[in-house]
Amino acid sequence: MSALPPYATVGQRTWHYTFRVICGLVFFFLIAPIVVIIPLSFNAQDFFTFTPEMLRLDPEGYSLKHYRDFFNNDSWQSAMWNSLKIAPMATIVSVTFGTLAAIGLSQPHVPFRRAIMAILISPMIVPLIISAAGMYFFYSRIGLQGTYIGVVLAHAALGIPFVIITVTATLVGFDRSLTRAAANMGADPVTTFFRVQMPLILPGVISGGLFAFITSFDEVVVVLFVGSAGQKTLPWQMFIGLREQISPTILAVATILVAISIMLLATVEMLRRRSERLRGMSPS
Amino acid sequence: MSDITQSGPVLAADGTPLKRSLARALRMQKLRALMLIAPLLLFILVTFILPVADMLFRSVENRIVQDTLPQTVEALADWDPASGQLPEEAVFAAMAADLQIAAREKTHTKVAKRLNYENPGVSSVFRKSGRKVSKWNLAADGPFREKLIEIDDGWGDVELWRTIKTYSGSVTSGYFLNAVDMQLGAEGPEIRPENERIYNTMLIRTMRMSLIITFSCILLGYPVAWILANLPARKANLLLILVLLPFWTSLLVRTSAWKILLQQQGVINDTLVWIGLVDDANRLVLINNELGTIIAMTHILLPFMILPMYSVMQTINPSYLRAAKSLGATDWTAFWRVYFPQTVPGIGAGSILVFILAVGYYITPALVGGTKGTFISNLIAYHISTSGNWGLGAALGAILLAVVLLLYWVYDKVVGIDNVKLG
Repeated sequence: MSALPPYATVGQRTWHYTFRVICGLVFFFLIAPIVVIIPLSFNAQDFFTFTPEMLRLDPEGYSLKHYRDFFNNDSWQSAMWNSLKIAPMATIVSVTFGTLAAIGLSQPHVPFRRAIMAILISPMIVPLIISAAGMYFFYSRIGLQGTYIGVVLAHAALGIPFVIITVTATLVGFDRSLTRAAANMGADPVTTFFRVQMPLILPGVISGGLFAFITSFDEVVVVLFVGSAGQKTLPWQMFIGLREQISPTILAVATILVAISIMLLATVEMLRRRSERLRGMSPS
Repeated sequence: MSDITQSGPVLAADGTPLKRSLARALRMQKLRALMLIAPLLLFILVTFILPVADMLFRSVENRIVQDTLPQTVEALADWDPASGQLPEEAVFAAMAADLQIAAREKTHTKVAKRLNYENPGVSSVFRKSGRKVSKWNLAADGPFREKLIEIDDGWGDVELWRTIKTYSGSVTSGYFLNAVDMQLGAEGPEIRPENERIYNTMLIRTMRMSLIITFSCILLGYPVAWILANLPARKANLLLILVLLPFWTSLLVRTSAWKILLQQQGVINDTLVWIGLVDDANRLVLINNELGTIIAMTHILLPFMILPMYSVMQTINPSYLRAAKSLGATDWTAFWRVYFPQTVPGIGAGSILVFILAVGYYITPALVGGTKGTFISNLIAYHISTSGNWGLGAALGAILLAVVLLLYWVYDKVVGIDNVKLG
């Protein structure tokens, strides 16, 4: 694919370039919607399209107006703080339980391994609306509906499959003789865990944590049902904005969120490569 | 070298037979593994599995009629609805007594609402009577048959009594029948009249649109996965970022991007008008219909198709293709007979994943689907949060869950849950 052989026929050449154009279009389809909103968020007008001034690259056409809106508007600010309060707590809960369980699951002899795995992965598979409805009824019954703790627990449950998947994947490459060697030299299990095992699987744990974080940070269906006005998160506020009266402030919020995802993506990629290097695999 | 002459079981260092000692060590190992898993398992059971099970139970639970109208239910036991005759006076007296208690406790509107799901119109009969019956003297004011019918003709309708009798059990299949557009008639389950069938339409639409989305993802994802797998690693990694960035970008950001782009005054229509493909007067309607949902969801789910396909294609040795060609196959034959069959597992894995995610989608259809492009999830959300018909919402949810779990099981058989990769 990478190089066209010199003996290629006209037909093959045409197809080669047509194919590249098709792929280019699909990449464009993937990335364009995300890229387009970035310049639109600097629109000086309250429009959702490019104004003539913007197309002429006139500085007059651009402004930080929507960003000022976002930082001065109380409902957006409280939504942002709620998100920042809920997501890290949910991440801590799912990473703590998830890492322990992943270590347990990657022991050589685990009874009912498949069944346990299926249960632990299920929050990722069950449609969100069903989880949300179930949690709504159940949490109301035990008094957790509309509370901070309720939302954190719900989001932690949703994040757990991601932690399990990434950490068990990292543990596949973990050399068990290292823990035996540590024990042999007199380290107790806790020391072995924190001084030997944890540093080696840390990249997997962190990327699992980032997945859990983004799951909670992006989540809207469950929080709509389990939360109340006091737990209104950023996605919730966006959802309301999109459904009722759509204001251009959403564009500014979306751009900020895209910047956050780029940072998270870069971190996860870096960790993945580091972990592959540590395991002696060639970084692809 | 000497032969071991010692007889009897082999012993471990502490003198116990080695077999037993090993078995104990294995047991300890299993126990330790389970101890590590137990906290999470418990956590998931309480915060997730129990709530879902609780909701599913609501789809058959039906205690309200029995609890609110106990005497009537008992009195109705001897009545045969097939006779076409109204129940006897005793039943009406029991109903009056029940209504008096219910009206005092304000539960008669709840039971009215419940019965109204099955027989529209019941609600008003109950509401109207509740207030008046509470002033009656039960011992002296009989007979109640005429008095009740006087308040509302509805009491003189055999159908109403039949509905009460049919739904007096503590468990009902009524919600599930409703969810598939059926009802409990005089002779068991029957299909609803054609103009009342909405849930089947919705279920079929959800399936159909999810299939369209899955196919669009295959169509768009296949070339991209191929080029990613066949480019040199450095270039492929750069292009992979273009796939991973949407994957990491907030769902709401992507949905709002589409909502903004697809508007009639949005960027896409503006561009088309500017190029001259579309007349300014009749701009394309791209949003608040099926098309809007399909476009936005294909974009959102495409990475879930590309990533499994890519990981399968990476393992395919390119020399197979070269071998096929050197044996005289045309480009197309080599691709179709040699390369494509090897990529089928990737297509399968991606398709099941995309379909599972698509059938349960709520946010995107709710925002860009208008009324024509909504999914079964939106209907479930409506019944849970707006209409209050929780049983029906739960029954629809149970059906959706069954579809998803079936596919999950297939996915586990085909791909294995352990092989799910992220990023």
